[in-house]
Amino acid sequence: MFIWRGNQNPFMTRDAAHLLPSTEPVTLIDPDGHPVPCDGHEMPDPQALVRAYAALITARRFNDQANALVRQGRLAVYPSSHGQEACQVACVQVLGDGDWLFPTYRDTAAIVARGVDPVQALTLLRGDWHSGYDPQATRVAPQATPLATHLLHAVGVAHAARLRGDDTVVMAVCGDGATSEGDFHEALNFAAVFRTPVVFFVQNNEYAISVPLARQTAAPSLAHKGIGYGIPGERVDGNDVAALLDVLGTAVDRARAGEGPQLVEAHTYRVQAHTNADDPSRYRESGEVTPWLARDPITRMETYLRGRGLIGADKIREYGAAADSLAAGMRAGLGDEPVADYRELFAYVYAEPTPQLREQMAVVADELSREEAR
Amino acid sequence: MPEKLTMANALNRALRDALRADDSVVVFGEDVGPLGGVFRITDGLTAEFGEQRCFDTPLAESGILGMAIGMAMNGMRPVVEMQFDAFAYPAFEQLVSHAAKMRNRTRGRVGVPIVVRVPYAGGIGGVEHHCDSSEAYYAHTPGLHVVAPSDPADAYGLLRAAVESPDPVIFLEPKKLYFSRAEADLSTPVPPIGQAVVRRDGTDATLIAYGPAVPVALEAAEAAAQEGRSLQVVDLRSIVPFDDETVCAAVRSTGRAVVVAEAAGFASVSSEVVARVTERCFHSLHAPIRRVTGFDIPYPPPKLEHVHLPSVDRILDAVDELQWEYA
Repeated sequence: MFIWRGNQNPFMTRDAAHLLPSTEPVTLIDPDGHPVPCDGHEMPDPQALVRAYAALITARRFNDQANALVRQGRLAVYPSSHGQEACQVACVQVLGDGDWLFPTYRDTAAIVARGVDPVQALTLLRGDWHSGYDPQATRVAPQATPLATHLLHAVGVAHAARLRGDDTVVMAVCGDGATSEGDFHEALNFAAVFRTPVVFFVQNNEYAISVPLARQTAAPSLAHKGIGYGIPGERVDGNDVAALLDVLGTAVDRARAGEGPQLVEAHTYRVQAHTNADDPSRYRESGEVTPWLARDPITRMETYLRGRGLIGADKIREYGAAADSLAAGMRAGLGDEPVADYRELFAYVYAEPTPQLREQMAVVADELSREEAR
Repeated sequence: MPEKLTMANALNRALRDALRADDSVVVFGEDVGPLGGVFRITDGLTAEFGEQRCFDTPLAESGILGMAIGMAMNGMRPVVEMQFDAFAYPAFEQLVSHAAKMRNRTRGRVGVPIVVRVPYAGGIGGVEHHCDSSEAYYAHTPGLHVVAPSDPADAYGLLRAAVESPDPVIFLEPKKLYFSRAEADLSTPVPPIGQAVVRRDGTDATLIAYGPAVPVALEAAEAAAQEGRSLQVVDLRSIVPFDDETVCAAVRSTGRAVVVAEAAGFASVSSEVVARVTERCFHSLHAPIRRVTGFDIPYPPPKLEHVHLPSVDRILDAVDELQWEYA
């Protein structure tokens, strides 16, 4: 029963208590790499943790390499997720093959973690087309640059899946700034009313370009916003991949079981600038960044795993080598100027170009042929 | 079989037949469920096809459009209703930045086959925000098709075609024509989206109109005929894609033209028609093309809308100014 009839919503709850997030973000491994007991939450199994660690190494390397490619002029722009890699990795690892990911422009590392070719994933930021991968084949929506609009598409994909009777879950990712947009509200409300299987995953990295969280909201936390829609909210340490796997994994399982959407807020921090075009010194003190470097998601995971003998120097070398090879592939794939074909500008506006678009394409063809003749 | 029916009947039948023909078609919006829509266009659909196929949503147009885009990405063919023209504006970003661009953004891989039904334009004595002619906003956006029927048969045929289109279609339903009856044979195919039709033959001048302005243009042509002037009437039907061929052939055949539209004239569909026809038919024209449009004012309150809307007299005055002294 995905759409109900009459004056009573069977999914509506009068019990607000279970919709509220925990007072403190869920943490399972502290910044020093020590396990922390947390009521109602379980440490993921060692295999999942080791897998996440390997993905973290790759994601960090991907961010570093992409930043370098911007400096070399081979990418137009790169909004880095440096320091947010635990969020990037965990939101993908909890998905099944048939599930969908709806990423933003800052989630390229998540797209790569999902298995999309890194060069294809960077098509948008390189500037040779808007989106370089096949959304249907990869189950990854095109990266959203307008804020929060894609959350509604995520609801639509999930709703269509339920109407057809398949058990697809959709991971809809946004940042703290996007929670101020009207479409964030509409998406959570629609998802709740129709009980669609969407996990709304907010990476609260404290900044929307230059504007701090305090200017976005006066709510106790972003996760508290769920209660207004009848959606359970949860807060999680966004630099603790173990806690993220647990919280997001549970949310995905619930959604798949037909229990509806969930809102998850990860507390993290944008360690680097918004993009290479940004200057954070204009709006925040560098001293604010320093404590967050000590909460790095990778070092804490490494300490934990090494301390338990789950990985050793050989494994760390192996994962490092895999990440290096991914970076080498990025350098090779993004080395040459892309060949952009002007005909594509006209080819994908409609399924069939209109007579007017055919005329306009002919104008360009004529201009080019005269240029060549010169 | 020809039958007498209203445009509202025809649209309802089109939705019903589309829902029957294709399981992936779903209809949703505000009040489209048990109520059947404020204009009753979706009357009986929930009863016949169930809650999963025709349903009410929360009251939020961006949400409706955004969800429709997602459902289209996942294999459905949503037909959504924006309750009134001016109430569609909250959905504008979803239309312009997403519905219109998804195919392009994804290099042709993901189309968005949705139909956005918009009860539009005036002439019904509606209070403010209920009578906008918003076609220019949509027509200006690459990636959207924009159509406007002017009679029941075309309303049926164009809506069926819109539902089958692989691209998003803005389907503008002239509110003042909802309940006007006409003879129609719904089993006869209508020309495809992208094609204009000549609704009345004439030899002296061409009236170019679409949607709610077509019946007014036809009335003007009838009145002109009684004064001995033969006016041809072209119904655009499809604003995007635009049928340059039919429109230009018509204007070349008469050498004179008046464009009639309810929308404000400045930077409008009617401006585009004049520009296109002038660029292509300049040497066939005996006079500058005239326009009879709404004024460049917010839509008037009900007691004054008659001042604003193109009328038979205003059209005939414009025809009179087509430099007949050089005929």
